[in-house]
Amino acid sequence: MQIKILRSHTNTHQLYTLPAGEIPLLNALTYIKETQDATLTFSAGCRASVCGTCAVRVNGREELSCSYKVKPGDIIEPLQYHPVLRDLKVDKNKAKETLSKSTAWLHNAQDASLTHTDEKLSETQTDCILCDSCYSACPVFAVNPDFLGPFALTRAYRYSSDKREGSVKDIIDNIQSNGVWDCTLCGECTAVCPKGIDPKMDITMLRSTSVQEGYQDPSFATQSFGTPDFGGGGFGFDPNAGF
Amino acid sequence: MVDVLIIGSGGAGLTAALAAKKEGATVTVVGKTYPTNSQTSMAQGGMNAALGNVGEDNVNAHIADTIKSAHGICDEEMVRKMCTAAPDTIAWLESLGVPFSRLDNGGMGPQTIAQRQMGGASAKRACYAQDYTGLKILHTLYDTCLKEKIDFLHEHYLLNLIVENEMVKGATFLDIRTGEVKQIDAKSVIIATGGYGSLYHGFTTNAYGSTGDGVAAVLRAGGSVSDMEFIQFHPTALKHSCILVSESARGEGGYLINESGKRFVDELKPRDEVARAIFSQMQEGERVFLDVRHLGEAKLMELLPQEVELCKMHEHVDPSTELIPIKPVAHYTMGGIDVDQALKVNGLKGCFAVGECSNAKVHGANRLGGNSLLEITALGKFAGENACDYARSSNITPADDSQQQKDATQIETLLSQEEPMNFYPYREMLGNIFYEKVGIVRENTQLRETFNEVNSIQAILNEMGISDKNRENNQNLVDFLEFQNAMLLAPLIISAAIQRDESRGAHYKVGFEETNEILQKQIVLQLEKEKVCR
Repeated sequence: MQIKILRSHTNTHQLYTLPAGEIPLLNALTYIKETQDATLTFSAGCRASVCGTCAVRVNGREELSCSYKVKPGDIIEPLQYHPVLRDLKVDKNKAKETLSKSTAWLHNAQDASLTHTDEKLSETQTDCILCDSCYSACPVFAVNPDFLGPFALTRAYRYSSDKREGSVKDIIDNIQSNGVWDCTLCGECTAVCPKGIDPKMDITMLRSTSVQEGYQDPSFATQSFGTPDFGGGGFGFDPNAGF
Repeated sequence: MVDVLIIGSGGAGLTAALAAKKEGATVTVVGKTYPTNSQTSMAQGGMNAALGNVGEDNVNAHIADTIKSAHGICDEEMVRKMCTAAPDTIAWLESLGVPFSRLDNGGMGPQTIAQRQMGGASAKRACYAQDYTGLKILHTLYDTCLKEKIDFLHEHYLLNLIVENEMVKGATFLDIRTGEVKQIDAKSVIIATGGYGSLYHGFTTNAYGSTGDGVAAVLRAGGSVSDMEFIQFHPTALKHSCILVSESARGEGGYLINESGKRFVDELKPRDEVARAIFSQMQEGERVFLDVRHLGEAKLMELLPQEVELCKMHEHVDPSTELIPIKPVAHYTMGGIDVDQALKVNGLKGCFAVGECSNAKVHGANRLGGNSLLEITALGKFAGENACDYARSSNITPADDSQQQKDATQIETLLSQEEPMNFYPYREMLGNIFYEKVGIVRENTQLRETFNEVNSIQAILNEMGISDKNRENNQNLVDFLEFQNAMLLAPLIISAAIQRDESRGAHYKVGFEETNEILQKQIVLQLEKEKVCR
């Protein structure tokens, strides 16, 4: 079985041959490094889909190397929107800064009586392993590198919906600029998450909370519905106003 | 010069950082990856604290269970300290926002945290968050560190401690991205680098990075290690991938059965006993399975969602309808850096160690499930506070750059070495022989054979090296440095195992199947003087 891996020093896809049979991509990469090419560089950790280290793109789609089973002809590339350090290894510092910017933590802890239902409210969101797959799949980064992005916003949602948070507005205040309103709701993040998290839904929820806290959709704010036109023709919208 | 330099960014390091910062110290946390990549994320089943949320429990029972499982070689005062701190530690984690699983009992705060049964425990004591307890604690700690603006240095690999007159004054690191060797001066150092389970390469639940880097650095600095022979084998790892299936699977009612469908051991005994029972079945040619089918799909998805996913992915088995093939593999190293009751490294000044890398004598010969997350958080705080106190009281001047230069020269040598021998096959070989001969059941002849085999690898270690000569982002280099650490620890583990002519906890020796009163003590080891850096 042969696969191609994008090498950073040549910026070309290099062909590697693997023994036939089912093999997780991470084992394949390790096999190549140990026996064929020690210069092939990638990141690896737990082998069990929980440390978030080994996400790459396979045929253009984000996958955890440790859980993806290799198929002949696969093309392996590093995550998008992260500076490539070497081969499949990327710099995650900038992506991680979104967590600080969105202040995704408990701001003002208060005593609460939590229930099983409360647990379920953020169970999936707190399965996040920070693998950066969603960040790599998000098309907003192509036009706005300062976007807070899916994982940081999911985390902001997770704390904002926690009964122990006494200052929800503190979180909401920090996810307005380059935040919830910049998302296109395309759902690419949801499609690639290895943990089944739905950042698109979390962002939608944060938009509602934002409105409750007095914010409004900035694109909406610049739009005008014009003055009522009872003379017929059109639906009362001013065609020159913002759409 | 930073007040407290914390090496390792798992749960122990992050907790220590938060504690030291709270005390007013300047703190830098250095890790070889990113904090959330650490081994802590892999802890599944739970964290012990005698809250009594599900049935009767009290701290004394927790202490008694821990001491019993330690088989006589723990420090009872340290056990008492850890177990007594457990309820407060849970309350602290609750206040940070850890998303624990919950009971519907109308209580406030920690009173609603769900607790489950683990092996060797006399009560339902393990607080959990489904089977992602470590992951969710780790990420909450990380979020809190970002909130508190803790300084992090990612992708810096620990090379050596900087020591002058037994006083630790910082450490040297390989900046993995640039290939530079850097020195960080510090008034006090906390080592929180994790265990050495990855020495059992290919036969461990541990991440690749659990290579005992901090333990090896302490040895090279002249410090001591103890209880190195006590290595816990987890009874239930997936047979083909060695991926962990949490003890909570048995705690929730899972059975262990052999090929004929017979149960052969009380599944809720401590890990050492269960692992040996499985091993002896396997010796008789039986395949062994974990059977959780009777729990039903709904309960499995509620309590063990990660396990279900991993079984399907790596064994092609649906646990709700099929048996899970398992085997015991290396999981946790009870021994490590020998520390005193303040977690200060014996033999060094200004240096503390906490978490799996250390031997605080709270686990003794066999750790209880649920006590490792407790150790890293309860004692992590203690380490942070103690290091801060030390930094405050000392007036250390920074060391010169001689250690940095020495380490830079060694890295240069590796990068310029011509046609070195590939070390990867030896890493695999070491894992194989350790699993086979320094494993669940040991025997002196085999231990001596292994000692000789390790010595013969040691003899050619100088000829081994890296074929990747790139200075930047050289993972081949990091892998080799980790392998060198494994090779430093390997003979110590074997010689301690040879010395211990008895069976106790996780150390079981054929011909010496009983516990020997005379050996109810730690085996403390140091490197010979000429191998120490200074």
